[in-house]
Amino acid sequence: MSQSVKDHMGRPIIVVTGIGVVTSLGEGKEDNWRNLISGKSGVRKITRFPTDELRTQIAGTIPWEGAGRYCAPVHSLTLARKSATEAIAQSNIGSSGSFPGPLFVAVSPAETNWDQRMEIYSGAAAGNATGYDRLMKNVVAGDFADYYSLYQFASIAEHLADDFGTRGLPISLTTACASGATSVQLGVEAIRRGDTDAALCIGTDGEICEEMVVRFNLLSALSTQNDDPQGASKPFSKSRDGFVMAEGSATLVLESYDAAKARGANILGVVRGTGERADTFHRTRSKPDGSAIIDTINRSLADAGMAPDEIDYINAHGTSTPENDKMEYLALSEVLGSALDGTPISSNKSMIGHTLSAAGTIEAAISLLTIHAGVIPPTINCHEQDPNILMDVVPNVKKEQAVNAVMSNSFGFGGQNVCLIFSAEPE
Amino acid sequence: MSAKKSEVWVTGIGLVSSLGEGPDTHWAQLTAGKTPAPSVDTQDQAPYPVHPIVDFEIAAQIPKRSDQRQMGQWQHLGTYAAGLALDDAGIGHNPGLLAATNMIVAAGGGERDIEADNSIMEVVSKSDNPGEQLNTCLNNELRPTLFLAQLSNLMAGNISIVHGVTDSSRTFMGEEMAGVAAVETAVAQIQNGQGDIFLVGGAYIAERVDMAMLMEFGHTLWQGDHESVWTREDRGGGMIMGSAGAFLILESREHAEARGIKPYARINKVVSDRCNRQAGAARKVAERLLEQVSDQIPEGPLPVLSGCCGVQPQLSEEHEFLNALSDSGINPAIRAVTTVLGNTLEAQFPANVILASLAISRGAFFDPFDNSGVEQEYAGHPERILISSWGHWRGESLALIDTPDVPLRGKD
Repeated sequence: MSQSVKDHMGRPIIVVTGIGVVTSLGEGKEDNWRNLISGKSGVRKITRFPTDELRTQIAGTIPWEGAGRYCAPVHSLTLARKSATEAIAQSNIGSSGSFPGPLFVAVSPAETNWDQRMEIYSGAAAGNATGYDRLMKNVVAGDFADYYSLYQFASIAEHLADDFGTRGLPISLTTACASGATSVQLGVEAIRRGDTDAALCIGTDGEICEEMVVRFNLLSALSTQNDDPQGASKPFSKSRDGFVMAEGSATLVLESYDAAKARGANILGVVRGTGERADTFHRTRSKPDGSAIIDTINRSLADAGMAPDEIDYINAHGTSTPENDKMEYLALSEVLGSALDGTPISSNKSMIGHTLSAAGTIEAAISLLTIHAGVIPPTINCHEQDPNILMDVVPNVKKEQAVNAVMSNSFGFGGQNVCLIFSAEPE
Repeated sequence: MSAKKSEVWVTGIGLVSSLGEGPDTHWAQLTAGKTPAPSVDTQDQAPYPVHPIVDFEIAAQIPKRSDQRQMGQWQHLGTYAAGLALDDAGIGHNPGLLAATNMIVAAGGGERDIEADNSIMEVVSKSDNPGEQLNTCLNNELRPTLFLAQLSNLMAGNISIVHGVTDSSRTFMGEEMAGVAAVETAVAQIQNGQGDIFLVGGAYIAERVDMAMLMEFGHTLWQGDHESVWTREDRGGGMIMGSAGAFLILESREHAEARGIKPYARINKVVSDRCNRQAGAARKVAERLLEQVSDQIPEGPLPVLSGCCGVQPQLSEEHEFLNALSDSGINPAIRAVTTVLGNTLEAQFPANVILASLAISRGAFFDPFDNSGVEQEYAGHPERILISSWGHWRGESLALIDTPDVPLRGKD
């Protein structure tokens, strides 16, 4: 019987034993990593639907592989299946179709897409009826069992639970652009409680459609630099003008250190701590003094039992909106103080775009790959850094540097703030 | 594993439904000594009956007009009910407690603009260039406020902004089971020292044709006049949706005692699982779940609140499961809450926990909700109440609400 290893608060240590990633940069962590450290962009002109009349015409889309029309939940599900398959295979945990732990899935609250709505509308059963009356008559007369199983908010998680044989009721969650990080938090908390030895944490988002582009445009949240898609996401740059929507998924297999060691698993890194603090200021903006974000970061450090100067690299939320990047810098400079001077900070979103519900999980995965490689992915498109953001954003070119501990930030609409800290396997 | 687990107490409730607002109103209507009269609207969503939300004074919990304008009715209702629960527990307007209050909201999505959708469908369906036409219509018809009012996590966001709840904030999705998972997770966190106070709950607005469409994809809705769930059972089944906002304050015993607040009841256990809903599978899941709580249930009469939504064949499976409790010497007094409130989806399980907690604290159980004969009289003083909740599509759960060994709220 080996000795049980606990963290600084007497809790089980949480490790990562499997990682899967799919983004606009490629499928699988090898392709993604190669493109990330080469400074490539996955952003392109949207071709899934006509973009005439749209202020934003670019995104980090992943091609739809299904038969027939694009359907958001099917796309998100497909991406999640890919990343989860990769992560579980690497972890070599459980047996095929039987994952020994619960499932936490960050998903977008996807509604019926316009393609599907118009398809139903075009049905003949409703005669001359119009509007929702027409939709309802056609739905009642037809067979829409597939849509019934796809457009519930539980759908993606339930289908994943069927595929991967996770235990218990799967949890579908959303905390806007912090959702992916929340899925990791929930897994960490379940293992720390002793509810389980392992958890499957997934973030997925394949929801780039006309209405989502228009909705974010209405909030003036998106970049409109359509002429240069690959140059449009420019976190921390003086000329940044919004984020670029993107699709992707990542999966982390979390385990207790004891359980992973006992089965001889290859440990990819440690989740050292998590922190959170809800903001009360505004639906889409942070408190001007950054106090909620500052608290979030401080709480993650306290949870990890680490000092600011132990953080070697910060994987920024770095959306490329004027507001986020300014506030993230303000909070980091407040918490890290002089430790910020020597700490590189980069934004994966400069290359991948902003994968919304999946971003926190994807960036957690990349944080762990960064530790493993000792190479920091750059912030591309940083040709003129914002003069008010005085930090090393690893502009344009990767940086080779040993990294033991990474902080990964995620902030979302609705005052959602989550910070995760990862480190290398303990000696 | 870790140290002794904390007891989880219900120390605050906020409930608004088709029956009215607040514990006293619900209690009075459901214990009047006769079959309660549900509030039903058969016109608004015809041919689908719904239990409509009562009028509630939004400004009483959401005083700023600027906040009110940022939300639709769904977010109004949830933010309102959350405020009632916070006030009931003595947390509202107490910055110290609010900063230590964690939140798990069970959320669907906010209202679509039905008029805008109708107009867009009409124009796009007649266009020779539907793709471009759709973009033009969306640009013209959508409003920025509406996007935020539709976003699922913005119910939690509004609760933070309006009421000042600022510890962790999570939003679970997934219809009825989101409500179960929210309570189950909060209970587990409190039991294991991952937080002392949780605001947990959800809201649902039934008067929404976009949601009716989602349910009718599976041909799951009941049409025509209101019938009790048990009357629908041998007539093909079907759901009647209901509006409700239901929020709970869950608190560790130590924390509640330290600040001198009495509980309504204790949450003994919440257990849940899932299956693919092949014939008989859900009942098997429920039987396994029962094994996890049965050591806490003595033989004899047992009050049961069921969330059976009315969709067949799971309605009959749940009914058979509940009848089979007698094999273990348990004599269930079943109340199908969905008969009186409708299926309130994400709010359903939190609402059932609220009703169970009220019955525990007031020392009596509800009158039968219909006269089908399924629901037996129960005249005793309930020590524990079982809640059975299955999703209309997926997920099964059981919860046991019982009596802590201290004086309860509502008895002083």
